[in-house]
Amino acid sequence: MGIAAQLIINGIIAGGIYALVALGYTMVYGILRFINFAHGEVFMLGAYLGWVFNILLGVNVIVAGVLAMLGCAVAGFVIDKIAYKPLRGRGMLPPLITAIGISLFLQALAILIFGAQIRTFRTGEVVRGITIPFIDAIITKIQIVIIIVSVALMVALHFYIKYTKTGKAMRAVADNYEVASIVGINPNKVISYVFIIGSALAAAGGILVGMEQNLTPTMGVSIGIKSFTAAVVGGIGNIYGAVLGGFMIGLIENIGIWFIPSGYKDAIAFAVLLFFLLFKPTGIFGVKKGEEVSV
Amino acid sequence: MTKHLLTIKDLDSWYGQMQVLHEVKMHIDKGEIVSIIGPNGAGKSTILKNIFGLIEKRKGKIFFDGKNIIKSKPENLTKLGITYVPQGRSVFPNLTVQENLEMGGFIRKDDLSEDIESVYKKFPGLKERKDQKAGLLSGGEQQMVAIGRALMLKPKLLLLDEPSLGLSPQMKALIFEKLIEVNKDGVAMVIVEQNAKMSLNISDRAYVLELGKNKMHGKGKDMLRNKDVAKLYLGGG
Repeated sequence: MGIAAQLIINGIIAGGIYALVALGYTMVYGILRFINFAHGEVFMLGAYLGWVFNILLGVNVIVAGVLAMLGCAVAGFVIDKIAYKPLRGRGMLPPLITAIGISLFLQALAILIFGAQIRTFRTGEVVRGITIPFIDAIITKIQIVIIIVSVALMVALHFYIKYTKTGKAMRAVADNYEVASIVGINPNKVISYVFIIGSALAAAGGILVGMEQNLTPTMGVSIGIKSFTAAVVGGIGNIYGAVLGGFMIGLIENIGIWFIPSGYKDAIAFAVLLFFLLFKPTGIFGVKKGEEVSV
Repeated sequence: MTKHLLTIKDLDSWYGQMQVLHEVKMHIDKGEIVSIIGPNGAGKSTILKNIFGLIEKRKGKIFFDGKNIIKSKPENLTKLGITYVPQGRSVFPNLTVQENLEMGGFIRKDDLSEDIESVYKKFPGLKERKDQKAGLLSGGEQQMVAIGRALMLKPKLLLLDEPSLGLSPQMKALIFEKLIEVNKDGVAMVIVEQNAKMSLNISDRAYVLELGKNKMHGKGKDMLRNKDVAKLYLGGG
């Protein structure tokens, strides 16, 4: 019982992070039909910004987290404006290649500023986990924070998308780009909001992971690809799919290492990606092909 | 120049290298229903797109309320009081009926509930389905959502591109009945239709277009009786 429960807990923790990052991929894809491959690096940037505010400048950790989210929101907005917006309407490939370029640029920038070595939020004390009664699994304080913060942000996003005017406009633009312009919605404004929100969520994920593990300039690569996998599994374009996909990937890879050596953990997520791309490319809540728009 | 609600002067318009409109002239008065009829490819829909600022490559003048709007973008035109119902299923399929109507009033800052209620009053069938996704409605109901959505800005001029396309005869008749009702509230309309008989029936005036040029112009009822129009555009009737 102990091991199974532990693996499930670990899966939920990882899943929360994947889901947070997957939301950014899926929201952008939902409107632009474009995979923002620089999104994992925004996650990394969030971790470093949090580290700068908290460790270097000594700001309270919660405030540092909020500042990092704001910083990444600005970064997401700027990246869209200078790198992606000029390419809109020029096909699928140019923005995709640009995104890969931005991703490499941000990694190089992080190495330039922070160095290639590991940075850490830790102060040297040994982190002791808490044993959860009855199921006999261990969880650390920061892991509890990860679950609470990620779920809280997802719930907040749900209410934002469902009930606010901008949230509805986001769904409208994703649904029918042309008609959205016809009713007077400015799609570019809505797209900016999508980048701002998606980047802030990724930043939150970055800080949480940074606090639980460590910071490296390439920390966004594997989480980026796994979160992208989560978005595909859930049905890219659908935010509830991204959440489901995130938790699914987290659980599958953590439970998977019960059966196969833990060195293959990363391979599990990619096997799932491959499986879905081959047999169910639209994912679980997939967007129907007929509704796609080219932007 | 006389005080028409909308005046189109010598409008040329291109799709890429191909010129589709040649010196088109047209006017619409306040509260009027005007049909544009003509064979496929005559440029009927292109005129609507031009009025609504969706075509970039063009020359000529379009006056609305005395103001030249040839350079205006759709967002600004909605503010001036022009709304547009494009061809086909132009709803937001994954938004509810209610949310579709709310999006119609997107640029408004005030409370929409009263106007949403008045749309439901006009289209009672929609109220029962207000929490359903618009994409799950029948073609006719979707068209009502699209028209209702366009009414949310209380337009002075409503542009309708093939409002009866793909609908059953009963539904077509119902849509046209509703359009007359909307017109009675003082909304001027330009209707582009293949189904010319029905739209001529409710129109004050009509323009016949051929190969992107003005061909004929007259009262809606006269057009119905006109032998050439009948032979060419009303299916021999």
